[in-house]
Amino acid sequence: MDMTLILDFKCSGGLELLCNSVKIHNVSIDPENGVGKFIMKDLLSWVRSNLIKERPEMFMKGDTVRPGVLVLVNDCDWELSGQLDTTLEEKDVVVFISTLHGG
Amino acid sequence: MEEAAPKPKRAVSSLCCLCNNRKAALKRPKTLQQICRECFYEVFEEEIHQVIVKNQLFRPGERIAVGASGGKDSTVLAYVLSELNQRHNYGLDLFLLSVDEGITGYRDDSLETVKRNEIQYGLPLQIVSYKDLYGWTMDEIVKMIGLKNNCTFCGVFRRQALDRGAALLKVDKLATGHNADDMAETVLLNILRGDIARLSRCTAIITGEDGPIPRCKPFKYTYEKEIVMYAYFKKLDYFSTECIYSPNAYRGFAREFIKDLERIRPRAILDIIKSGEDFRISTSTKMPEQGTCERCGYISSQKWCKACVLLEGLNRGLPKLGIGRSRGLDSEGKRETIGSNNVHTRSIESKQCGSLDF
Repeated sequence: MDMTLILDFKCSGGLELLCNSVKIHNVSIDPENGVGKFIMKDLLSWVRSNLIKERPEMFMKGDTVRPGVLVLVNDCDWELSGQLDTTLEEKDVVVFISTLHGG
Repeated sequence: MEEAAPKPKRAVSSLCCLCNNRKAALKRPKTLQQICRECFYEVFEEEIHQVIVKNQLFRPGERIAVGASGGKDSTVLAYVLSELNQRHNYGLDLFLLSVDEGITGYRDDSLETVKRNEIQYGLPLQIVSYKDLYGWTMDEIVKMIGLKNNCTFCGVFRRQALDRGAALLKVDKLATGHNADDMAETVLLNILRGDIARLSRCTAIITGEDGPIPRCKPFKYTYEKEIVMYAYFKKLDYFSTECIYSPNAYRGFAREFIKDLERIRPRAILDIIKSGEDFRISTSTKMPEQGTCERCGYISSQKWCKACVLLEGLNRGLPKLGIGRSRGLDSEGKRETIGSNNVHTRSIESKQCGSLDF
């Protein structure tokens, strides 16, 4: 049972409002499919069912984030690391920033 | 794909395509280039500088107010303008100008952010409030009229409030944080509403040159994604919460559509702006004539300006006054509003957050 993945998950730009206004989440996840690698796609569905408390449509659209939500993995734009296919490792920091609030 | 090494290979190791030296940190929507943080700061700031120079947005010695809501766009604008002003010796006196709509739990919090920005960037701050200017806070207005049309009141009042605040500061111009995504969204909305008068002027980088205080949009070509990335990497202090009063659903759909397009083809945003710029309005289309409000002297194409009509409604207990949508342009749209003023009003709606108007 040492497959548990510990990640930091931060949301800002208004997304924290969907998770009880908590901005920083230190989460440990047990990948469901055992030995397989854990990718962003898995994280998103985990976040959706475990962290988002209201209005999931503000965060997700289809099986990915809603357009206008920026994602960074270890402070790097996920568009450079394969988006949904980005592999996550222990102690990675994943940041979600909504661009849809405020001006 | 299985990798032999214990650590799976990640694409993040790619190098910045500008300096070929540091690790890329983001993909630019405008050019699809992969660039590092340092090069990003450089191109981001330099492009805005070029827009300012090419369009002659400012003249040396001018006093400029930055419309500051505490949100991401205006916070980044205030920061970048003060940087560029020093770096390129624009010779500008910069100020922060904020509007307090009187929305508890929203604007009071965001104004705290602006007050911190005042100290962080060393820019004097002026706050003008709806309560002082109009005798009503948005909280009081919503209590009276409910959650329908409240964005109309807020949008109309904000436009005038910014002008009045700018007059108090004696500035020559007001710079706002409207970004490329906002511009594309507004072009689309004006098409969807058939609002030809607005369509023809909404892409102008400087507006209101004939009015009391011209306004300019240094971020006209700057993608929202880059503004947010810039604020994030630079750890700028901004406030991001939705306005607590009902959002404008129509604008929301237009925004979502733009964002969907951007995901498939990021250039779409610049192309929509280009389409807006290149529209030619046929000379047979009647445009409203601009005059001044008989009551308060503010610019208006009608006898009374929209703010005075709305205020009259509030003060007489007839909040629907001036809310009906009718445009003087097409005959079928002509509809008399309550009262003897026969004021033809045009719907003015603001961005969901309520802080933008065009």
